[in-house]
Amino acid sequence: MAARNATEKTLGESLRERGVSRRGFLKFCAATASMMALPPSMTSTIAAALEQARRPSVIWLSFQECTGCTESLTRSHAPTVEDLILDVISLDYHHTLQAAAGEAAELARVQAMKAHAGDYLVVVDGSLPGPDSNPGYSTVAGHSNYDMLMETVEHAAAVVAVGSCAAFGGLPHASPNPTGAVSVLDVVKHKPVVNVSGCPPIPMVITGVLAHYLIFGRLPELDAYHRPLAFFGQSIHDRCYRRPFYDKGLFAKSFDDEGARLGWCLYQLGCKGPSTYNACATMRWNDGTSWPVEAGHPCLGCAEPSFWDAGGFYQALSVPTSASGMTVLGAGAAGALVGGAVAALAKRRTKAEEARRQPVTVDELEQKL
Amino acid sequence: MSELTLERGLAAFRAEVDGPVAAFFSSCVHCGICAQACPFYVETGDPKYTPILKLEPLRRVWENDFTLWGRIKGLIGLQQKVTDQMLAEWEELLYDSCTMCGRCSMVCPVGNDLALMIRKSREGMVQSGHAPEGLIAASVRAIQTGSPMGLQWKTLAVQIKHVEDSSGLAVPVDKDGAEYLVLLSSMEVINFPEYLEAITRIFAHAGVSWTLSTDCFEATNAGIQIGNKDVAAELVERVVAAAEKLRVSKVISPECGHAFTAIRWEGPNLIGRSYPFKVFHIIEVLDELRAAGRIQTEGMETDRLSMHDPCNLARKSGVIQQQRNLMNLVAENFVDLKEHGKLQWCCGAGGGVSSNERAEPLKMAAFKHKKAQIEEVNAERMVTMCATCRTQLEEGLEEFNMDIPVVGLTEMIAEHLVEKPRPASPADAQA
Amino acid sequence: MSGSMEFLLWTKGPMFNVAIAIFAIGLLVRIAEIFVLGRERNYAEPRASEWLPGLRTVFTRTVADPGTFKRAPFNVVVGWVWHIGFLIALLLFVPHIKLIESLTGLSWPALPNPIISMVTAVTLVALIATLIHRMTHPVKRRISTIEDYLVWTVVFAVVLTGFLAFNRMINPYPLVLGMHILSAEIMLILLPFTKLTHIFTLFIARWYNGAAFGRKGVQS
Repeated sequence: MAARNATEKTLGESLRERGVSRRGFLKFCAATASMMALPPSMTSTIAAALEQARRPSVIWLSFQECTGCTESLTRSHAPTVEDLILDVISLDYHHTLQAAAGEAAELARVQAMKAHAGDYLVVVDGSLPGPDSNPGYSTVAGHSNYDMLMETVEHAAAVVAVGSCAAFGGLPHASPNPTGAVSVLDVVKHKPVVNVSGCPPIPMVITGVLAHYLIFGRLPELDAYHRPLAFFGQSIHDRCYRRPFYDKGLFAKSFDDEGARLGWCLYQLGCKGPSTYNACATMRWNDGTSWPVEAGHPCLGCAEPSFWDAGGFYQALSVPTSASGMTVLGAGAAGALVGGAVAALAKRRTKAEEARRQPVTVDELEQKL
Repeated sequence: MSELTLERGLAAFRAEVDGPVAAFFSSCVHCGICAQACPFYVETGDPKYTPILKLEPLRRVWENDFTLWGRIKGLIGLQQKVTDQMLAEWEELLYDSCTMCGRCSMVCPVGNDLALMIRKSREGMVQSGHAPEGLIAASVRAIQTGSPMGLQWKTLAVQIKHVEDSSGLAVPVDKDGAEYLVLLSSMEVINFPEYLEAITRIFAHAGVSWTLSTDCFEATNAGIQIGNKDVAAELVERVVAAAEKLRVSKVISPECGHAFTAIRWEGPNLIGRSYPFKVFHIIEVLDELRAAGRIQTEGMETDRLSMHDPCNLARKSGVIQQQRNLMNLVAENFVDLKEHGKLQWCCGAGGGVSSNERAEPLKMAAFKHKKAQIEEVNAERMVTMCATCRTQLEEGLEEFNMDIPVVGLTEMIAEHLVEKPRPASPADAQA
Repeated sequence: MSGSMEFLLWTKGPMFNVAIAIFAIGLLVRIAEIFVLGRERNYAEPRASEWLPGLRTVFTRTVADPGTFKRAPFNVVVGWVWHIGFLIALLLFVPHIKLIESLTGLSWPALPNPIISMVTAVTLVALIATLIHRMTHPVKRRISTIEDYLVWTVVFAVVLTGFLAFNRMINPYPLVLGMHILSAEIMLILLPFTKLTHIFTLFIARWYNGAAFGRKGVQS
């Protein structure tokens, strides 16, 4: 089996076989180091580690997803997806990318699991119907997503949840969540899980996490949401090139006003950058060409949990997610009603007191002398 | 036999709660600025004299019985109740250390009318049997004899005789259809008989038609001071009856602060109807006569004079400019105290404090603020227009060995009248 | 999963609705209580109408008379500083304006963020000063209740978390923003049941005061 052969070779060997020059290899190592926010001096360490590394077997499971994450992955530029698939990892199962289909495809998964038990990585994109909901919402080859995930992770070394759906439930999980969608972390409790969130995630972050695993043989340091700190440690807002405008109080107020043309802060147009942790502002997209805010659109906050239910995309971060003027009016009307009733009661009581009020007499006063 | 009880007191407190009271207690932020307006706190430095603290019983009644939150608190047993013991403790705060001068009402940042609420609280204090003896005695005497000092018409008749002898003018009594009914205060009759002579001479000079009433000469109202509507209404009714009987169109309140508040502002509400006559303070009448050119004066006082505005007259009734107009008529070296008019400082004796023997030390302590004000402008003599203020100023200045005489403004005007052969001013003048 | 973002969304969603409902109901109860009680008819002949003097007092009472200022300068100055600071931060900070706009449709120009941040810092210092004053001045100490300290704590928490959130001094940001929103919601909930009501009732109180004095011919 090709997969087996591939994983037996070190990465250095396989690269040389493919005619990759030493120079090209070091360039790749330098890019990996900078991507993972390691100092440039780490380049040689990385090169040495990669030389000796054996390519890990990777099983990629796609559940309730839109293939956007895979699309994103295919746009990785350093390393490219070819680098990744052919050189860095051994991608043994991936619906969309693998040539095999039907029984053969499923067989590849089972074989990889057996061959690399305890060592393989599972990558998941898409959420899955939770164990308590109807499994029929999403199946692969007659298996429910839940069963397939639990079976596959059983002997995995680690799980990487790619995209906000896998990481947090994402779009399928959005209210009212008809399929009972859950995230990987919701059901996988006994294996290390890394969340590479984003809708889609930045391709280089996907590859970066895999590269990190390859180089250091362990998962990177994670934040509270199991996201690799190297990429999710800082908010969009903190690294945004438009931040100086925010600090000066210069805001675009519509998409075609002077402020928008001058590239001012998009906070008032609903930018969720302040509360969103991702690397878009530094790594950018499409080979570093641009990213949403640079293109003039506010950050949607797609790398955060529940981003779909976090209020309107074009409503400022400070705007409540559901309250409207009507809530206030309704509560106010109720208040006026209750208040009127309570106060009317008090008033009646006052009147009653006044009616019952006994006049003070001289006799009564004299008793006190 | 019925008696005054806590239950009656609480009912009276409740009966006093109205929209303003609810707004005031809802707004208090415990900033403590009212203390800085109170002579009793400022001069003793004792924080228990903070005005808003004096209102705690009324506040509790409001919160417990008139707010949703208070009722919820009641359900879970968190209400702070007003007890007999509490009211006993508060008696000193509501009576001995408050003249209801209303200065706190002027400075409260959220606009609380604290003096109004003190007045209301006293209703509950009386009904629960927690009013000071001195004020109870004065109230009983006022109801029984017509005067808080037990003064009778025959005493006044003697005074009238003296006035007529010394001025050579007749004092009109029970004159039906006169323009003005003149009221007096017992304290004036006893301590400052000069007042009656002064108005007799001024009115004769200006040709004013006026009269005294044998049915009712007393203007003061112990009911207002002790804080009881029943006593107060009874005393007001006597004035109204006398005025209606003599068919006067105007009633003059004497040089007394609370009497004016009682008749002018509280009276109609106490008896539940408007008057068929108007009420004026003597100072208002004198200033009107001055403005109309009906008072001709000669000579000026040359010493350094200053003036004490009675709180009931200035801050609580808006008579502020009138007394200054009159001063300027007869004094060339008049200087106002630094804080005067609506922001004057109380002498410390009003609101029943002077009738409450127990409060004597506090009354003197509060006076120290007035004393400091007087010293600040180096006054050689003080002028005022309230018998209670005048007595307090005299006693206080003597206590501190300050040789500063105190005179009533009406008398001072009378002393400067142009002596004229019975006059240009006609008809009614009784020569 | 319950992390900082879920917390933030809870404060922005369900909790906000709860807070605004309790606030609106409670406040209207309080105001209805005042107006239903009303005033007795006043038979005494007025010297002037009540309306104008009442309205005047609503405004003039904002400024202390010179004597009071001299006797309680700390109270007056620090009170002013923190109230103004609080109002500036509340009403002239962009995110707050957007919030108000979303609820009422009304909006107005904001101040630049660094100015808001500075003002907030001054407000915090002034608030600490008021607490020290409350605990040390004999009058304030004597009349203070648990409620006074509770309200101080809540107001201080609102301003402090706002300052920390704006300056991103706590990570993750959704946590500190959520704390800020939650403390503001606690303030809204407490408002109708504590002295915070003065924010609304002081206008009524001042009017009653000005009207009562005004009808007697004195501008209070």
